[in-house]
Amino acid sequence: MQDERDRLIACIPRLRRYARALISDRTGADDLVQDTMERGWKKLSSWQSGSDMRAWLFGIMHNLHIDQVRRPAIATEVLDDDTLMPMFKATQTDALEMRDLQSALATLPAEQREILLLVALEEMSYIEVAATLGLPLGTVMSRLSRARQKLRAHMEGRVVVSSLKVVK
Amino acid sequence: MNQLAVTESDLHAYVDDLLGDARSKEVAVWLAARPEEQARINAYREQNEGLRALFNPVLNEVVPPRLTAALENRASWFSPSYLRLVAGLLIAVVSGAGGWMLHGATQTNMLAAVKNSNGQVVLTGFARQAAIAHGVYTPDVRHPVEIGADQEDQLVTWLSKRTGADMHPPKLGKLGYELVGGRLLPGESGSPVAQFMYQEAGGQRLTLYVSTDQAQNKDTGFRFAQQGTVNVFYWIDGKFGYALSGGVNKGELAKIAHAVYEQLDNKPQ
Repeated sequence: MQDERDRLIACIPRLRRYARALISDRTGADDLVQDTMERGWKKLSSWQSGSDMRAWLFGIMHNLHIDQVRRPAIATEVLDDDTLMPMFKATQTDALEMRDLQSALATLPAEQREILLLVALEEMSYIEVAATLGLPLGTVMSRLSRARQKLRAHMEGRVVVSSLKVVK
Repeated sequence: MNQLAVTESDLHAYVDDLLGDARSKEVAVWLAARPEEQARINAYREQNEGLRALFNPVLNEVVPPRLTAALENRASWFSPSYLRLVAGLLIAVVSGAGGWMLHGATQTNMLAAVKNSNGQVVLTGFARQAAIAHGVYTPDVRHPVEIGADQEDQLVTWLSKRTGADMHPPKLGKLGYELVGGRLLPGESGSPVAQFMYQEAGGQRLTLYVSTDQAQNKDTGFRFAQQGTVNVFYWIDGKFGYALSGGVNKGELAKIAHAVYEQLDNKPQ
C-alpha cells in the first residue's frame, strides 16, 4: 500500500503539468489533479500491478475531465495575472510567442488538445494515447493532425474560423 | 531502394521521434524534396518544443498539500468532487421532482418543505440539504466526520469560528447517542454550516445540521418530513435553522429533537 501510495504521489507533477496545459486556470487544473488522486486512491484495486500507473491515472483524469466539461462548472476565479501563465524560461522562442502558443492551445477542442498534450508533454506513443483515452488509433491520428494544423494556422495568424458563438 | 510511401502518420511519428532510425532517415529524405511539407513539420516540432518550454516548469513546482490529502488517513471534505457530488444530488432531486417543485424552490427561504402533488411533504432548502448531507456522511465508515469527539474542544472552536456562531454539540448520551464528531459543510447561501454526528450502541447514526443563514425566514415550530428513508425534524429559530436527521422512527426522533431543542434553548446565542 505504501509503495502504491508513493507511486501515486510520484505521478503528481506530471499530472499537474498536463492538467495545467489542458485547463488554463491553475485552480481548476489542481482541482482536476486532486480529483484524479482521490479517484485513483479509491480505485487502486482496479489498477493492475505491473501495468503503467501513469497511463492508468491519465485515463482517470481524462474521464473526470470529460465529466466536468459536460457538467456546468463550478465557477473558478483567476486570482491575478500571474496565475494565467505558468512560469517559464524563454529559450529559442520569445515570451510573446509563448503566450500566443498558450492562447492558441486554448482554442483547440478539448479532445484534440488532450491528444496533442499526451504526445508532446508525456511523450506517449500513439498506441499508448489510444489506450489511455479509449479511442481507436485512427481517431487519435486524425485528431492529432487536426490539432497541429489548427495550432499552426493560429500561430501564423491564419485564423479564419470565427471564434464567436451565437448564444441562443 | 524500395521505399514505402510516406503517410501523414509517418510525418507525425517523425515529429515525435517515434520512428526507427532507418525510417526516420527515409522521411527526412522525402521531406528534403518537399519544402512546404518540411516547413509544416518544422512548425509541428516547434509546437512540441514550445509546449514543453511552457509547461515543463510545472514539474518543478511545489505540490500543494491538498493534492495528496486524499492519500492521508483523513477526510477531505473540501475536495471538489465532494462539493460537486452534493451539488449534483441537489440538482438531481430538484430536476427529478418536476415542475411543481419550481414553485416550492422559489419559496425555499420561506419554507423548508412543500407538499407535492401526492400530498407528501417534501423537503426543500436547508432541511433537504441536511437530509442529503446525512445520506452522504452517515454511511461512511472511515471518515464520517472531519473532527472527532475526542477533540471536541477543537471541533467547537473551529465550527464556531467558521460559522460565526456558538456551535456546541448538544449532549444526547442520556438518550443513548454519543457524539461521533462534526464537520463543516457549505450552506444554501454559501455560508458555512455545521453538521454534528451521533451514534448509538447499535450503530444507528443521527446528524444535527445547523445553518446560520435563516434570518430572512420566519421561525417555525417543529416540522417533520421524510426524504427517502431519512426522517427529519427541523425548525427555524432566529437566524438558525436546525435539522435532525436519522433513520429512526418519528417518535424516537421527536424525543431526541426535543432534547436538542432544550439544550440549545438553555444556551442563549
